[in-house]
Amino acid sequence: MDSIIAVRDLTLNLGGDRILDDMTLDLWPGHVHAVVGPNGAGKSTLASCIMGLPGYRGYEGRILFEGRDMADMGVDERAHLGITMAWQEPARFEGLSVRKFVLCGSPRDDEETAAEALELVGLSPDTYLERAVDDTLSGGERKRIELASILTMQPKLVMMDEPDSGIDVEALRRIFEAMRELRAKGATVLLITHSVTVLEQADHAFLMCCGRILEKGETEEIKKFFGEKCLPCDHQNRPEEGGR
Amino acid sequence: MTDLVEKMYATLGETCATDPGVAHIEIHGNEVLGLQLVPGLNVVADEREDGVDARVVLDAGVALENPVRICFGLLPERGVQRINMEIDLGEDSRMAVVSSCTFPNAIDVLHTMDADITLGRNAEYAYLERHVHGSAGGVEVVPDARVRLEEGARFRTDFELLEGRAGSIAIDYEAVCMARSVLEMSARISGSGNDSIKIHEKATLVGERARGVLTTSIAVRDQAAAEVKNTLRAEAAYARGHVDCKEIIRDHGRAMAVPIVEVLHPRAHVTHEAAIGSVDAKQLQTLMAHGLSEDRATDLIIEGLLSPSYGGRD
Repeated sequence: MDSIIAVRDLTLNLGGDRILDDMTLDLWPGHVHAVVGPNGAGKSTLASCIMGLPGYRGYEGRILFEGRDMADMGVDERAHLGITMAWQEPARFEGLSVRKFVLCGSPRDDEETAAEALELVGLSPDTYLERAVDDTLSGGERKRIELASILTMQPKLVMMDEPDSGIDVEALRRIFEAMRELRAKGATVLLITHSVTVLEQADHAFLMCCGRILEKGETEEIKKFFGEKCLPCDHQNRPEEGGR
Repeated sequence: MTDLVEKMYATLGETCATDPGVAHIEIHGNEVLGLQLVPGLNVVADEREDGVDARVVLDAGVALENPVRICFGLLPERGVQRINMEIDLGEDSRMAVVSSCTFPNAIDVLHTMDADITLGRNAEYAYLERHVHGSAGGVEVVPDARVRLEEGARFRTDFELLEGRAGSIAIDYEAVCMARSVLEMSARISGSGNDSIKIHEKATLVGERARGVLTTSIAVRDQAAAEVKNTLRAEAAYARGHVDCKEIIRDHGRAMAVPIVEVLHPRAHVTHEAAIGSVDAKQLQTLMAHGLSEDRATDLIIEGLLSPSYGGRD
């Protein structure tokens, strides 16, 4: 199977620190992958590099999307290829309606599309369509609205950064449902997490520490390793001192 | 005359109200072209050489069901329109006004509005002023208003200029709020080219439990400049107020915000917030990650900032 994303020898230095260290990994189309690891391991940085965010494009190595090197591509160009990202803390947009936000990247610009997407994340269109995506919404509501917007894009790769952060059990259940919907429509999902609950949603996982991939494999294997070795570990992101 | 009224409304993408239950007034330059009233609403309009003097009185206890439509404007490229308004709402009356000001061809046009507005006890007045200008930036708009809210009155004004070049705008509003009255003043303006936008709003919360909010949202680009000086003064117990100014600048635009809060009573409380800068990076990256170009994402963010819903308005 050809990978949808191929990361090859990826290294990124920021402010004199090595954040990603010679990483190589592949994501398979239509699968749910997870990158799990402690805070500061470089998981979100990896997603930022794949998305091509400002400040994260000066990497060494290559990131290929469907075999195509994305080094010269900006964020919107990568989005046009089908790559997108759900942030750990979604942005607030004063005055921008949920309707406009949900449809902003959609090939179809009609109310029915927006309403369907909101329903998929468990939010009532009647209640939410005309509201603003601002601080009158909770973090969980904004996460679900962001996911509704991603659903209308019909993306090929969705990176979800800490999807369980700052939300309640019901919101997380809806987010997982939306993730399964994306997968059912053929999208690849990359979960960025340090939570076992989120990790369990994945088919395959990568264990990351100190900017490196330490292990990769089936989720159960990585979960076992993470639970037994990483969670009790006090090496503070210095694997060479903590040992494997 | 009728043709001119139709042309004015056409520049707004609207038509003149024909429902006899909707009061409307049309003033082009110094000519009163249309005037339809409803019971309880009294308007006397006198044409002068360069404008119109109008006195508007809403009788006590009258609540108008439909908003009053007012259309000001000047269609030629050059000219002057000076409007002097005296507006008096009686006790327990209620009125909303939707006012459109159209200067679509202005090369050298001056439009001034000098208004004295009095709201009687428990009266309610909502005034939306929407400007549509042309692309030349050749219009100077000078709205001055002095507003007095008697006990329990509510006044809300929204000034909106989102289409065409702002030209030169200098808003100067001042309000005095008696006990339990509520004041909301909002301005939303987009400037480009070498537009100049100046907003000076001042509210004094004189009475106990009076409340006031001054909200300004501005976006400037090219060489446009904006200056906002809003003052809120609370003099009585339990008076509450907030001054909010948000300005987004692009290109070589310039912006200044001076929120002044003054509290003269230990049980009063006034807050302020001002933010000036370019478009928020996270907002921009989010929209770009949904496939929008940087320019389109920026436009959408500014559209939100300048939308009526920003600041809790609907």
